[in-house]
Amino acid sequence: MRITAILAAGMLLLAACGGGGDGSGGSGPGGLAVPKIDKLGSLGTGEGAVTIVSWAGYVEDGSTDKSVDWVTPFEKETGCQVNNKVAATSDEMVTLMKTGDYDVVSASGDASLRLIYGGDVAPVNTDLVANYKDVFDGLKNKAWNSVDGVAYGIPHGRGANLLMYRTDTVKPAPTSWGAVFDANSPYSGKITAYDSPIYIADAALYLMKTKPELGIKNPYALDDKQFQASVDLLKEQNKTIGEYWSDYTKEVQAFKAGNSVIGTSWQVIANLAEADKAPVEAILPSEGATGWSDTWMISSKAKHPNCGYLWMNYIVSPKANAQVAEWFGEAPANKLSCGETADKNHCATFHADDETYFDQVWYWTTPLAQCVDGRTDVTCKDYSAWTQAWTTIKG
Amino acid sequence: MTSLGSYLHRHPRLRLAGLLSAPLLWLVVAYLGALAVLLVSAFWTVNGFTGGVVRQFSLANFRTILSEEVYRAVTLRSLGVAAAVTVICIVLAVPMAFFMAKVASARSRHWLVIAILTPLWASYLVKAYAWRILLANGGPVDTLLGGPGNGPGYGLFATVLVLSYLWLPYMILPIYAGLERLPDSLLEASADLGARAGRTFRAVVVPILIPSTFAGSIFTFSLSLGDYITVQIVGGKTQLIGNLVYANIGAANNLPFAAAIATIPVLIMVIYLVAVRRSGALEEL
Repeated sequence: MRITAILAAGMLLLAACGGGGDGSGGSGPGGLAVPKIDKLGSLGTGEGAVTIVSWAGYVEDGSTDKSVDWVTPFEKETGCQVNNKVAATSDEMVTLMKTGDYDVVSASGDASLRLIYGGDVAPVNTDLVANYKDVFDGLKNKAWNSVDGVAYGIPHGRGANLLMYRTDTVKPAPTSWGAVFDANSPYSGKITAYDSPIYIADAALYLMKTKPELGIKNPYALDDKQFQASVDLLKEQNKTIGEYWSDYTKEVQAFKAGNSVIGTSWQVIANLAEADKAPVEAILPSEGATGWSDTWMISSKAKHPNCGYLWMNYIVSPKANAQVAEWFGEAPANKLSCGETADKNHCATFHADDETYFDQVWYWTTPLAQCVDGRTDVTCKDYSAWTQAWTTIKG
Repeated sequence: MTSLGSYLHRHPRLRLAGLLSAPLLWLVVAYLGALAVLLVSAFWTVNGFTGGVVRQFSLANFRTILSEEVYRAVTLRSLGVAAAVTVICIVLAVPMAFFMAKVASARSRHWLVIAILTPLWASYLVKAYAWRILLANGGPVDTLLGGPGNGPGYGLFATVLVLSYLWLPYMILPIYAGLERLPDSLLEASADLGARAGRTFRAVVVPILIPSTFAGSIFTFSLSLGDYITVQIVGGKTQLIGNLVYANIGAANNLPFAAAIATIPVLIMVIYLVAVRRSGALEEL
């Protein structure tokens, strides 16, 4: 179901781009044509530089923290000077890649198909990426990083948005998202939620399981009625919210002090809070959860394709992938990374090889007017509608 | 070089143009130009399908802002916060500035000015996060008030408190500058003529204070009106105009709608500036 949904999203995005929008005769899903771009045939010598667009924390050269540096070894090893640009949002990543000034990008699921169908990234010749063979099979050739079995990137890592609570105050231990949507919650005023319009999907996911009559099949594809139900649920929740969080330091401190005792979180936040001696637990509730998955992709206009490939190979090498995964707080993509992490429990903590765990995760996808679950008889709410609704939810 | 110098010496207008061209260029292009782009783009929309900006005149953004109740509520809340911060700053700044300008010795005066300026050297973010820890559940403020949960916690009150703390120097300095220009002899003359302290304050000090206070209020009011970081850090679930602008730029990539929201504080400040102009505040800046 999810795969169909994401493919449908990609199809509609192509139509949006206006290039061969009718797509008849194309090889892609729904007869959609992917721009014909050849993958690199063989690896040459490095061009001496590589330009990267990445999420914060993915490309560290020691300037943030002296002990966190996997860029310098790469530069010494390959002679490719790294020029990194940190992007704040997926939208920004797409815009930057369209300029053609960058060689590689760490795209999330809500950006990758836009890049593929927009012709901004090239298929990846995985034979040239030696470490690709060690990437978890559960991450390879997925709907957000491949088309027709053609790989468009090297999986990097993934994570779920969890339910975190303080074990000393929240009793009995919650097992459902219902704990944060209960209007009569005993923890009213100390409940927290992620401060982003995409959080509407969390409410939709909860309604998908608790109100089947709404017919929600994908939390990122909501028609008027489903959207309104999710927004109403969140408006009701607002009365019990103490604060919304968007940067993780804020959430760690709130849970430590007890200003927040239950709410959405990431595994990395739970770890940091525990390291700070806060009695917290983070679980994947019975309804499943929203989450994210990132992929390194190479530009179709790359000026330094060889260095780009060297980077993609290096960043998923066991050692580097382990370093990034630990610094960022995510499940690594390379199975050998699990032996390289400083914390030997890292992969277990982040469920790196637990496919049944990730089967319950709905990776972030940008909502579009054309329903991403494949429905064509209704119009769904697009992301700008989600943003405006988020404003009214917060009041 | 000398020939150019003498040429300019003979043509004073050209000399003036050369002197002023750089600041004028800055003012017109970078400053007014940016403001004009802001105003124009507020009338554009974003194509929800491609995320591209549609450069076509439309009142849709303003219609949304005027018809949705939430924007009115947030505007009023932001105005309330800005007014409260300004009043608190005035109440704290007037006695402090008076002491600095009229009571303290000339030597300690300089040290006091430095002390007032010191917080401005520290990063805004560090100060805001420090307040977040001070106001935390069971934190120092709670302890002072008798235990966890007794303090204000995070929310609207905390926002006003922290903004007042952050902008206080901007209120003290213009008032201090105004009072310093008030000759001591005037106060003595008033006393010699038989006026009591209250009368002297009303007749001599207040006329100096009013324009200075308005000058300070322009800072505290406009800075509070546009703030979004402090609210995010200590405001709990509160949102002000700044947060709405930020959400529409950062998350939604909807620049035109953010621009439309941003015209609200611009409008409020224009009205405010026109109103305080009559008090002579602008001469005090």
